[in-house]
Amino acid sequence: MLYDIGLRIAYTYASPAVGSRHVLYLTPADLPGRQRAITSLLEITPSPDERIARSDFFNNTLVEAVFRASHAEIVFRLRSRVERLPDTRTSDPSPLLPGLASEIASNRSLAPDAPHHFIADSPRVRALPEFGAYARSHIAPDMTVLRIVETIGQALDRDMKFDPDATDVSTPPEEAFASRHGVCQDFTHIMIGCLRAIGIPAGYVSGFLRTNPPPGKPRLEGADAMHAWVRAWCGAETGWVEYDPTNGIFVGVDHIVVAHGRDYGDVAPVRGVVRTAGAQDSTQAVDVVPLA
Amino acid sequence: MSAINQPQPDPTASLLAGYQPLPSVADELLDPGGNLRPVWRSFIDGLASLPADELTRRFEQGDQYLRDAGVFFRQYGEKDATDRAWPLAHVPVLIHDSEWTQISEGLIQRAELLETVCADLYGEARLVREGHLPASLIAMSPEWLRPMVGVRPRSGHFLNFIAFEIGRGPDGQWWVLGDRVQAPSGAGFALENRVATARVFPDLYANSNVHRLAGFFRAFRDALNDLRGDSESRVGILTPGRLNDTYFEHAYIARYLGFMLLEGEDLTVENGQVMVRTIAGLSPVSVLWRRIDASYADPLELNETSRLGTPGLVEAIRRGKLAMVNALGSGILETRAMLAFLPRICQAMLQEPLKMPNIATWWCGQESERAHVQANAHRMMIGSALSTRMPFDPEGSTVLGSSLQTGPGGIVDTLLDAEARLLVGQEAVTLSTTPAYVDGKLVPRPMSLRVFLARTSRGWKVMPGGYGRIGRTQDAAAIALQRGGSVSDVWVVSDKAVRNETMLPSPTSPYVRSQLSVLPSRAADNLFWMGRYVERAEGLIRLLRALNIRLAESGRADTDLLNYASEFPGLLGADPTAGVPQDLFDAIASATVSATVVRDRFSVDGWAALNELAASARDDLESIAPGNASARALGTLLRQITGFSGLVHDNMYRFAGWRFLSIGRSLERASAMAQLLSWFAAPDAPEGALDLVVEVGDSVLSHRRLYAVATTRPTVIDLLACDANNPRSIHYHLAEIHGQVGFLPGAKEGKQLSPLASTTFKMHADLAVKKPEQLDSNGLLQIRSELGGLSDLLTSTYLR
Repeated sequence: MLYDIGLRIAYTYASPAVGSRHVLYLTPADLPGRQRAITSLLEITPSPDERIARSDFFNNTLVEAVFRASHAEIVFRLRSRVERLPDTRTSDPSPLLPGLASEIASNRSLAPDAPHHFIADSPRVRALPEFGAYARSHIAPDMTVLRIVETIGQALDRDMKFDPDATDVSTPPEEAFASRHGVCQDFTHIMIGCLRAIGIPAGYVSGFLRTNPPPGKPRLEGADAMHAWVRAWCGAETGWVEYDPTNGIFVGVDHIVVAHGRDYGDVAPVRGVVRTAGAQDSTQAVDVVPLA
Repeated sequence: MSAINQPQPDPTASLLAGYQPLPSVADELLDPGGNLRPVWRSFIDGLASLPADELTRRFEQGDQYLRDAGVFFRQYGEKDATDRAWPLAHVPVLIHDSEWTQISEGLIQRAELLETVCADLYGEARLVREGHLPASLIAMSPEWLRPMVGVRPRSGHFLNFIAFEIGRGPDGQWWVLGDRVQAPSGAGFALENRVATARVFPDLYANSNVHRLAGFFRAFRDALNDLRGDSESRVGILTPGRLNDTYFEHAYIARYLGFMLLEGEDLTVENGQVMVRTIAGLSPVSVLWRRIDASYADPLELNETSRLGTPGLVEAIRRGKLAMVNALGSGILETRAMLAFLPRICQAMLQEPLKMPNIATWWCGQESERAHVQANAHRMMIGSALSTRMPFDPEGSTVLGSSLQTGPGGIVDTLLDAEARLLVGQEAVTLSTTPAYVDGKLVPRPMSLRVFLARTSRGWKVMPGGYGRIGRTQDAAAIALQRGGSVSDVWVVSDKAVRNETMLPSPTSPYVRSQLSVLPSRAADNLFWMGRYVERAEGLIRLLRALNIRLAESGRADTDLLNYASEFPGLLGADPTAGVPQDLFDAIASATVSATVVRDRFSVDGWAALNELAASARDDLESIAPGNASARALGTLLRQITGFSGLVHDNMYRFAGWRFLSIGRSLERASAMAQLLSWFAAPDAPEGALDLVVEVGDSVLSHRRLYAVATTRPTVIDLLACDANNPRSIHYHLAEIHGQVGFLPGAKEGKQLSPLASTTFKMHADLAVKKPEQLDSNGLLQIRSELGGLSDLLTSTYLR
């Protein structure tokens, strides 16, 4: 499936910012066999004094932008064409949960896709007891790890209500979980917490979702802004699978990957340190259009 | 028989008579046979020859030195932090230099090992691939910083300054208790312990062949300068700031080594180059010796909640434009569970065993190790696997297994079931004891040493000495040091005379002026405000004293003058006849805070004087009765504060920093005088108001000599506003400000005055042509408001 993606993020500052530095995770990833980034054009206004393109530990591509002059507004505008290839997984060779630990232990690697990075608590997601209890209440001993991932994701889709007004970007997942309300970031963090609490390595994927559904299918939640979902490690043979708990589905050709991390903090679309005295405001608009 | 023929008791024998080492514990002073070890002989003889009262006097001298130097110990209680007197155990720990050589060899090997491990963990990760380190342990540590993976340090080395905590076991063998790699503290404290101890025992120190510390610091200073790679850029010490518990040490070391003390806010990164914001613009910095934990160094790429760091710092390192000492991420080596793997890693990487073992450690994230800890918990210390604190650190959560319910169903099992990978078991080690002087006699107390190593152009150099920790009780279990105790100097003693080293180049080498220091804007800002706050405090003291004298004279608070004074806007609504207003305490406290921030640029005497001032204000004024008592106490305080000002203005070199302090003082004095005159010299002010303002302006004698009449409005305005020669007048201080501004960077571009310089010129000129009759209260308040604008302009020009 071929997509044209348009994204506009604007920040306005009540009192002009004197100097700022931003890290941007906005451009679709190039993932051999899964996703092909054909073109990506990221326009920044005003033009930054420094613009650095590089990749991070998890092999995500990012842009760093530095502004020295004072500015009252910054606009990031992305235009991108991406091809999303269908996944080919058919069977489920993942182990039962008790077998997963030894598969993790025998992985002697600190490479970006090694499971070890995704087991322990990360800055924004802790494997709290309530996540563990919730996860355990939904699984059975005969479930494979892949089946567990799906079961917990479905449970969250059922139990949590999508509500853009309930939380903001800094709401801790445990708070969103307690109220059973939130947006894709909350769904994703909660599911990561649940999986880690029972020993399944889990991380965060940031990306785009097709804006208009195919004929006859419902519109997916979270398509108005950048989206997020979970990836979980299901053993040496299965490896990483991606699941969208906000919509209760395995990730398919409707999902376009931007970046992988441990939680939102690793891959926030715009992370910035700004010297300003006043408040700031931001708007975001996304358009993901399939090209036949 | 006369007493003369009685055998004199041997003073050394009687000093040692009650000294009883503990069973199965090594002792530094006595060998297992109970004989005095030779290295201690001359020191103990010297100690024994001093009468008890002489010793007490000398200990007091050492303590006085530390108090004067402002060395204190910050203790964190339930509610807040309190500063306690520095707990110096006056008797040093003595170690013979032949034994020290062995210790040094062991520690240098360990330093090499840690460098290798660090390079591997941020490089090819061979140790993980080959199974010497579990991937999950590294990946779950918050100290393993992913943004630093693959980044080679500019100097080629990850570690340049590290420390080890070591202790001696019952068999006499030294053990490493922990590795201090992230940003080890204590080297500056070791220096201060040395100075204080040498004051307590000047003769013994001079005659005992004690290795000097200065050579170590000189070599490290040179090494840091070499890391710059050019002569234009600078070396800075990066501190988290005055709220950090070892801030004193940061300031001390910065002053001692002659490096800038910087906070994250002082720095900015342009095109990968770290720059310090100074009063003369941006100036490049290429080496930072950090005393800040890595994750706080860069809020953009590391801990996003950090308010202490500089965005872009990681990028500067990545581009090879900044040498960071030690490398960001090296804190992973402090992880306690690492101790479980280092012995085997040493074998694998260096092909030799550890020369000095570390305490036996088992990481419970592995099956068999976990079972071992479970079975032997009663003989172990149990603690956090990821902790980077020492087992005896009071903030740590390490506990003795024997204090827990072990065995099936006990808390150890429960803990291990829940979070095995987060736990380590460690052998519950026993430390050696060393003599401490307690209540007039020597008693054995457990001790551990922190030893410092610096990488120099000729490899690792070990500081010959260190920072000793002495336990409070006899309990020699290492973990007992959690309960606090004291610290001591460490003397490495030679049989032969040692070189007497100092930090200074030898007098025969050619004379050079060192690189002119630059003044960071934040430091200038604090000097400016310190000048203002001290002056504000002095002005308030003078006013309050004058009012309290009048209260005492009249015996009542409702005179016309006192009623009028209580409305004075400068008192912000406080009743001057009802005790000392909070404003005064606030001004003194703010001055002290500003002085703390610029401690590295401020004389020790000035610092001590300011602290004494703050202490007297607190002790003498807090709840004093208005009237006579207040007037007297305020008079005493006034003499102290003028003493401080004298110290600053007579003794400080006229660096740019002094100019900011001086401008702050002049600005505050002129502004306060304008306000005083606008009120107390107003036409409707009650009788006595003019005399009051002349007294507050310390110009009673001048007025008498110059005018030979009673005070009138014109004479008072003339003397306190228009007179160019009265150091209390507005005119005088506008001239001062204009003069000082002229020395600041960029004050004149060719023939063009900077906006700041032309503003001060105009203000000065405007007042100079005024006659006293032309200056009414509104005119005075106008000057005051222009001074406020001047302060803002100065700030936006130099202090941001």
